[in-house]
Amino acid sequence: MELDVVELSRLQFAMTAMYHFLFVPLTLGLSILVAIMETVYVMTGRPIWRQMTKFWGTLFGINFALGVATGITMEFQFGMNWSYYSHYVGDIFGAPLAIEGLMAFFLEATFVGLFFFGWDKLSRVAHLAVAWLVAIGSNFSALWILIANGWMQNPVGASFNPDTMRMEMDDFFAVLFNEVAQAKFVHTVSAGYVTASVFVLGVSAWYLLKGRHTALARRSITVAASFGLAASLSVVVLGDESGYAASHTQRMKLAAMEGMWETHEAPAPFTAFGIPDIEARETHYAVEIPFVMGLIGTRSLGTEIPGINDLVAEAEDRIESGILAYDALMSIREMRDATPPAIRDTFERHSGNLGFAFLLLRYMDDPRDATPEQIAMTANDTIPGVLPLFWSFRFMVALGFLFIGVMAYFFWRSSFRQQSYPRWALRVAVAIIPAPWIAAELGWFVAEYGRQPWTVDGVLPTALSVSHLSVQDLLLTLAGFVTFYTILFVVEMGLMLKYIRKGPFQDIDETEAWEARHETRLRGGAAPVPTPAE
Amino acid sequence: MILHELISYDVLRVTWWLLLGVLLIGFALTDGFDMGVGALLPFVGRTDTERRIAINTVGPVSEGNQVWFILGGGAIFAAWPPLYAVSFSGFYLAMFAVLCALILRPVAFKYRSKRPSPAWRNGWDWALFAGGAVPALVFGVAVGNVLQGVPFELTPDLFSRYEGSYFGKFLGLLNPFALLTGVVSLAMLVTHGAAWLSLKAEGVVADRARRIGGVTGVVTIAGYVLAGLWLAFGIEGYGIIGEVVTDGPSNPLYSEVARTDSWLAAYVARPWIVVAPVMALAGMSLAVAGLRAGREVSTLVWSKLGIFGAIASVGLTMFPFILPSSLHPRSSLTVWDSSSSHLTLFIMLVATVIFMPIILAYTAWVYRVLWGKVGEADVTANSDSLY
Repeated sequence: MELDVVELSRLQFAMTAMYHFLFVPLTLGLSILVAIMETVYVMTGRPIWRQMTKFWGTLFGINFALGVATGITMEFQFGMNWSYYSHYVGDIFGAPLAIEGLMAFFLEATFVGLFFFGWDKLSRVAHLAVAWLVAIGSNFSALWILIANGWMQNPVGASFNPDTMRMEMDDFFAVLFNEVAQAKFVHTVSAGYVTASVFVLGVSAWYLLKGRHTALARRSITVAASFGLAASLSVVVLGDESGYAASHTQRMKLAAMEGMWETHEAPAPFTAFGIPDIEARETHYAVEIPFVMGLIGTRSLGTEIPGINDLVAEAEDRIESGILAYDALMSIREMRDATPPAIRDTFERHSGNLGFAFLLLRYMDDPRDATPEQIAMTANDTIPGVLPLFWSFRFMVALGFLFIGVMAYFFWRSSFRQQSYPRWALRVAVAIIPAPWIAAELGWFVAEYGRQPWTVDGVLPTALSVSHLSVQDLLLTLAGFVTFYTILFVVEMGLMLKYIRKGPFQDIDETEAWEARHETRLRGGAAPVPTPAE
Repeated sequence: MILHELISYDVLRVTWWLLLGVLLIGFALTDGFDMGVGALLPFVGRTDTERRIAINTVGPVSEGNQVWFILGGGAIFAAWPPLYAVSFSGFYLAMFAVLCALILRPVAFKYRSKRPSPAWRNGWDWALFAGGAVPALVFGVAVGNVLQGVPFELTPDLFSRYEGSYFGKFLGLLNPFALLTGVVSLAMLVTHGAAWLSLKAEGVVADRARRIGGVTGVVTIAGYVLAGLWLAFGIEGYGIIGEVVTDGPSNPLYSEVARTDSWLAAYVARPWIVVAPVMALAGMSLAVAGLRAGREVSTLVWSKLGIFGAIASVGLTMFPFILPSSLHPRSSLTVWDSSSSHLTLFIMLVATVIFMPIILAYTAWVYRVLWGKVGEADVTANSDSLY
C-alpha cells in the first residue's frame, strides 16, 4: 500500500474512530446499567444498591472522560482531513451532527458533572433523574451519529446542485428515517448494552472468584445477566436487520461480506467457511448451507441476491451514464442560466451516477477521456476487500452467539439456581471481557471498509474526499495521535484496574444502620421502621 | 417540503451568522473561564489543596461547557459547510494543537486526583495548564489571521487549496498581528478565569486570582486598543464588488471581491456597530475595577460583557465576510455565498429554536445546584469523590 494523502487520511480516520469506539459502547451500556441500579436503590432504600451505583459509576466516569475526549477529534476531523467531503455533503451530513450536540451531547455532558458531584446536593429522586438523563443523552447521541453515518451508507433525500457543486438536502425526513440508519442505531446501541453487561459480569465474576465484595458482585451479575441476555438477543436480531437493509441498499457490500461472486439462483446458500480469492474471483474450500443466505438476505425464497460479477457489470454501465452527467455538468457550469434545457435534462437523467464518473478521476483529469479498458478497470475498483470482510463478519457473528450463550447461562443460574456459579463459568466470564470490544470493532470494520471505494456510497469516492494536505502534515498528526492515544490508553487502563482492585467504597456505618433497622422486622415481625430520607 | 420558504434565504443566512456568533460567544463565556482557570492553575494554587479548590470550581461544569465548542463545530459544519471545510484544513497543525489540548483537559479533570502521587497530580496540572492556555492563544491567533485573510483558493470544483509548505503554512500563522490578537485572547480569558475564581473560590486562591486578573485585564485592554488601531491603519480590508446577491446559490466564485483600504469602512457604512468595541472596553475596564475592589458577581458579569463585545466587534467589522482569502480574494467566503441550502438552514433553525431554550434552562439549573464557594473544607471532606 502506497502511503499517499488518501491512504494516510483513511488510516488516521480508522485509527481515531476505532479508538473512540473503545469507549463509546461501554458508555452507552454502563450509563443504563448504573441508572437501573440507582433506580433499585431509590425504590428499596438498600444501601448496597447505592454502593453499586457509586462503584460502577466511578468506572463509568473513567471511561466516559476518554469517550468524550476522543469524540472531539471526530467532530473536527472531517474538516481537517476530509475537506472536500465536508464541502460536498456538509449540507446533509452536518445537520445530524449539529442536532446531536443540541439534543444529546449537551444533555449528557451537562448532567454527568452533577451525577458525580450532586450526591449531597440533590434529593434521591432528583439524583436518579440526573442518572437517567445522562443515559438518555448518551443513547440519543448514538442515534444522531448513526443517522449521519447511515446517510454515508445509503444517501437518501438529497440531490446534486450544479451551482454549488455539492449534494443538498431535499427531504430531511428521508434522512432521519433512513432504514439503514435506524437498523444501525438499534444494532449499535444493543452492542453497547452487551459490552457493558459483559464488563459488569466479568468484573463481578472476578470478585466472586477472589471471594471479595460478594454481595455487590452477586447483585451485579443478576442485573448484568438479565440486561445482557436481552441485549445479546437483540444485537443479533437487529444486526440481521442491518444485513437485510444492505441487501437492497448496499448490494456490493453484502456480496463481498458473503464472498458471493456469481448471482445464485434464489434462494442462495450461506457460505459458512471459505477463502475468497479476489484474483480468481472465487471462494476456495467453500462450505455452503443451502437456502440460508437467500432467507436472511431477502426474507423470501424467490428473490435473487446479485453476485459481485454482476454488480461490477452494473458499475460499468453506471460509469458510462456518469460520464454523460459529467459532460452535461461541465456545460451547465460554463453556461449557467443560459444552459439549453436539453442539457439540463441529460444531467437530471444521469446525475444519480455522477459519483461513478468521479471514480475515473483516479486515473485521469477528465472522465470524458476514459477508454473502455479504463472504464472496466474502474468498475473493478468498486469491489471492496472481500477476504477481510468475509472473515470479520463471521467472527463478529460468532461472538454474538457466544454472548447469547454466556448470558443465558448466567441468567439461568441467577434466576433458578440461587445465584450459585461454578468456578469454570466465572473464569469464562472473566476471560471474555475483551470479546465485545473485538466484536464491535469488527462490526465497524465491516460497515466502513465494506463501503469502499466510497465515502458516500455511489456518490463520492474516498480518493476525492480529502483535504489539500501534504504527506508530512498527515504523518506528523498521525504520529501525534498514535503516541498521544497510546499514553491515554495506558493511563486509562491503569486507573480502571486500580479502581477494580480497590473495589467499592463501603460505607460500613450506613450498611449496619440499615440492617439494624430491618433486623427487628425480620426477627420479630414488628412493624418496619420507616427509612428516613438520606 | 415548502415550509422553509416561509423564511427567505437571506434572512436565514443572517440569522445563522448571528447564531454562529451566539455559539462562539457562548463558548467563550462558559468554556472561557475553564480555560482561564486552567491557565491560572500553576499560579493561583501552590499546594495540592489550593489547586484542587481551583479545579473543583470548574470541574463539575467543564464537561458541559466544552459542548459549546463541539456544538460550534457541528453548527459550522451544518450551516456553513465551506467555512468548516476551508478553515479546519487550512489551520491544520494549529487545529491539531488545539485538539490535543482539548482532549487532555476533560481527561485531566477526571484523572488528576484519582491517584495520590504528587508527580501524577503535577503532571495533570500541567496538562490542565496547556489545555487552557494553548486553545485560548490559538483561537486568538486564528482570529488575527482571519482578519488579514487566509491564503487559500477555491478551484472551479470548490476544492480548497492552500499556499505554502506544510510547516511554512503553520509558521505563517504566527505573524505579528496574529500574535497580538493571540495575546489579547489569552489575557482576556485569563481575566475571565480570574473573575470566576474570585466568585467561586475561597481564601488565598481567590486573592491570587484577583491580583493576577487585575494585571491581565489591563493587558487585554491595551492589546485590544493596539490591535484595533493596527487594524484600522495597517491592515487592508475586503469588499464585494458590484451588485451584492444575498439569496443566490452558495458558490463563493459567483461574486467578485477586492481588497479595500481598511476594514474601518464598515464603521462608516454602519456607524452603530461602534457599540461592540465600546462594550468590549467598558466591560473589560469594569471587570478590572471589580477585581481590584474585590466585587464578585458583578465582576464576572462585566467580564462576560467585555468578551461579548470583543467577539461581536470582530464579526461586525468583517460582515458580510466570514473567511476572506488573501491568495485569491474572489474565493473569500461571505454570509451570502457560503451557507447551507435554504432547507438545511431552516431545519437547523427549527432544531435550535426548540433545543436552545431547553439547554439554557437545564444549564442554569445545574449552575444553581452547584452554587456557592469551593473551599479547603470541601476538598478535604470529599477527598475521594472530588476532582
